[in-house]
Amino acid sequence: MPDFSRVYDVLVVGGGNAALCAAITAARAGASVILCEASPPPLRGGNSRHTRNLRTMHPGPTQVMTDSYLEEEYWDDLKRVTAGKTDEHLARMCIRASQHAPDFLASCGVVFQPSLSGTLSLSRTNAFFLGGGKALVNALYRECARLGIVTLFDTEVQHIKVEEGWATEAVVSHAGFPERIRFKALVASSGGFQANRNWLREYWGDAADNFQIRGTPYAQGVVLKDLLAQGVQEVGDPTQFHAVANDARAPMEDGGLAMRLDCVPFAVVVNRDVERFYDEGEDVWPKRYAIWGRLIAQQPGQVALAVTDSKAVMNFLPSVYPPYKADSIAGIAAQAGMDAAKLEKVIADYNAAVVPGTFTPMVPDDCRTEGLIPPKSHWARRIDKPPYYAYPLRPGITFTFLSVKVDDKARVLMADGKPSGNMFASGEIMSGNILGQGYLAGFGMTLGTVFGRLAGEGAAKHVRN
Amino acid sequence: MSATEMSKLDALLREAEVTESGAYQDARRQMAVCNACRYCEGYCAVFPAMAARREFATADLTHLANLCHGCKGCYHACQYAPPHAFAINIPATFATIRQESYAQYAWPPAMGRAFEKNGTVVVAVATLFVTLALLLAVALVDPSRLWTAQTGTGAFFRIIPLWLINTLAGASFGFAILAMAMGALRYLKGTGGLGGPIAPAPVADAAVDVLTLRNLGGGGHGCNDVDDSFAQQRRWLHQAMFYGFMLCFAATTTGAIYHHVFGWKSPHAFLSLPVQLGTWGGVLLCIGTAGLMRVKVITDPVPVARKLLGGEFAMLGLLFLIGSTGLLLLAVRHTGAMGCMLALHFGLVLALFVVLPYSKMVHGVYRGIALLRNARERRARG
Ligand SMILES: Cc1cc2nc3c(=O)[nH]c(=O)nc-3n(C[C@H](O)[C@H](O)[C@H](O)COP(=O)(O)OP(=O)(O)OC[C@H]3O[C@@H](n4cnc5c(N)ncnc54)[C@H](O)[C@@H]3O)c2cc1C
Ligand code: HEM
Ligand code: SF4
Ligand code: SF4
Repeated sequence: MPDFSRVYDVLVVGGGNAALCAAITAARAGASVILCEASPPPLRGGNSRHTRNLRTMHPGPTQVMTDSYLEEEYWDDLKRVTAGKTDEHLARMCIRASQHAPDFLASCGVVFQPSLSGTLSLSRTNAFFLGGGKALVNALYRECARLGIVTLFDTEVQHIKVEEGWATEAVVSHAGFPERIRFKALVASSGGFQANRNWLREYWGDAADNFQIRGTPYAQGVVLKDLLAQGVQEVGDPTQFHAVANDARAPMEDGGLAMRLDCVPFAVVVNRDVERFYDEGEDVWPKRYAIWGRLIAQQPGQVALAVTDSKAVMNFLPSVYPPYKADSIAGIAAQAGMDAAKLEKVIADYNAAVVPGTFTPMVPDDCRTEGLIPPKSHWARRIDKPPYYAYPLRPGITFTFLSVKVDDKARVLMADGKPSGNMFASGEIMSGNILGQGYLAGFGMTLGTVFGRLAGEGAAKHVRN
Repeated sequence: MSATEMSKLDALLREAEVTESGAYQDARRQMAVCNACRYCEGYCAVFPAMAARREFATADLTHLANLCHGCKGCYHACQYAPPHAFAINIPATFATIRQESYAQYAWPPAMGRAFEKNGTVVVAVATLFVTLALLLAVALVDPSRLWTAQTGTGAFFRIIPLWLINTLAGASFGFAILAMAMGALRYLKGTGGLGGPIAPAPVADAAVDVLTLRNLGGGGHGCNDVDDSFAQQRRWLHQAMFYGFMLCFAATTTGAIYHHVFGWKSPHAFLSLPVQLGTWGGVLLCIGTAGLMRVKVITDPVPVARKLLGGEFAMLGLLFLIGSTGLLLLAVRHTGAMGCMLALHFGLVLALFVVLPYSKMVHGVYRGIALLRNARERRARG
């Protein structure tokens, strides 16, 4: 039984990468740390449990990354995906600090691996965790144990008492029992609110019922809502989130990365009304990966169907569930429950618009359509080689961007613009500071590591003074 | 009925005959998840081999399962491990498939049943042969020799005559080799062979894999021997057991050469080659087997196939007893305890030879084949 009578130096809320990085940094700086994770041990680590890599700036080749990836290019990438809706000061600070993120994680026992396969070729910009995020999370928890951090599982923080910009104590449910935790500094790293369907409904209405939550079901946004209700400054568009094209048959929660479908650039995508709605071949998949969830979320019924043929099936990673497969487009339509004549016409119109080119799967090629609306700008080949394959799609929500506002020391800002005396935040709960919209693969873990370290450092320093 | 309908019916009937076990069906389901995820590609040879496939026939799964070294890396790294609904547990599922494949390819085929309650089988055979050895010693030679110190040349054979040792050990070991070779052939035939002609390079790769147990290294930094922390304990303990076993084998072989070629009779001096090989081999065998048993007791039980534990513990125990009785025999060989110890040791070795093709020990054969096939595929993939 943990000692609830004691006053801890630092309370860390959450149990994912952002929380663990903060807890470890604070403990290494000499603070006594208590960490509350809402989930039971096997499901610990939030969304971080599902991750694969993080995006880091690096001036030259490293053991796990090729070539170089400099600040300007990183910033350009970020500016493009967010369409400029970002905070340049915070973003550049984060980019520069990202250079040291892999070394920090390695010092905690995280092992990196050169990327070997897969269709998302990111080995220049992203460092891959050997075994993925669960292995990373395991290593971080082992480091916490080594440092003597008090780690509580099955412990949900329900309320933080905030008085005039100071957090004083937390009300928690520990193994189902109400408890109080007192502390000198607080780090909030409890993720977004994407698993809270009622909250999503406030912005999306009934459509929210059709969203699949890719990651942890514990991302209920309890602490986010609680802080925003107590004078903490809000940032970010509440309707914005990162979402990908998921297999429509995936579990509604916690289906993880394996449920995403990479077939879009090599397919034609129609909505429930059997109409195309967006350029499937706009850019290479890693750069467009993150827009398709939102695109599908805006379609009627929040469903879509990607149709392709046997020429293309080896160009993308296989799906977990078998694709629809038929010798005719009508056969595909029957399996998908769609109007066969309509689907045949969409495919026929598309085939007629394809202009010949040289197909190169990994870079934008000259295979495109002419006179088709919307166009397919690259990788457009005729869909004419049976058997045909099709994949049903739904939006898979990764995390929401609505956030608490922070400064470049990860201090939480109050509504009056002044930093809180003892509250810090890291990870998804402050993602909206930099991500006004859009997403860059591997940025979530970078954000958590960089701001987690800053938050831990700041919290420990506050306690010392 | 038309011809095509007939052949369809045939195919269905054939399929029904070779219905797959639950473990195979579950492995196929799990492979579908892994092949879309691939987070574990850096751990071992299984994942790159998996990624090169899109469909998993029974034979593919048997191959992948025998390629798996049960290091548990992919279990502790899996975001879909139980209690997640996908319940991905590759080490336990593949261990079950390995065991089923040992049974399926055993020779003679009826002996496959010995894998069902393998722990009981191994223990029963060991008990039987120790008893038999003691009884034989009593029956064939003057029982008093069993209790009195025997010294000088040929001391051992005054307890159990050399001809008897040679006949029993030779016959059982010879049969074991035959049965395991037949098993290897049946396995190759049943799983699609090595997938093509074999060049020297993949043979060398596979030999390195076997001799260094590379795949029990987790891609360099170790495996999850006990929990989610990394270590190479099992690798080094298996190495101790493996090389200890080989040294014991070498000891017996040199002993035989001394006897038959040079006419030098045992017991040999402590510093002689056979005794030195046997001593160090015995020590390593004991360390390895005892250590592996310890790891088995304290390890996280979820990624372990519980049904197989009996056979594994029994084999580890048998090897440990062989090693330790060998060392004890050395210690007491000039005393009155030698007779009993020799009979005990001989009985245990004989039991090992008898159960060899119907025990955990066949894993060396099938794993060797899987590693060779994988080395060939890897070279072909480039
Ligand atoms: C399938 C998938 C794949 C992804 N892949 C990548 C990738 O490869 N690279 C990348 O950079 N990003 C990836 N992301 C995004 C990434 O997971 C997140 O951006 C990052 O993990 C955020 O870390 P975090 O610590 O802020 O949140 P999380 O890891 O989600 O942690 C939040 C934690 O807070 C806990 N919690 C919530 N509420 C409470 C409460 N009230 N009390 C106590 N605890 C609470 C939760 O249980 C959880 O442990 C992926 C996400 C998903 C879903
Ligand atoms: C081709 C050579 C060999 C290889 C590649 C090999 C590999 C392995 C591996 C990977 C394991 C752990 C996974 C499992 O339990 O199946 C194992 C277990 C085992 N091996 Fe081997 N082995 C070889 C030869 C041998 C030999 C010669 C012996 C006898 C001394 C032996 C005895 C054992 C035993 C007893 C176990 C069970 C250990 C346990 O359950 O903890 N192996 N082997
Ligand atoms: S074991 Fe789990 S993490 Fe590893 S590849 Fe399979 S599904 Fe992915
Ligand atoms: S248990 Fe180890 S050897 Fe077996 S598949 Fe998993 S990582 Fe590979």
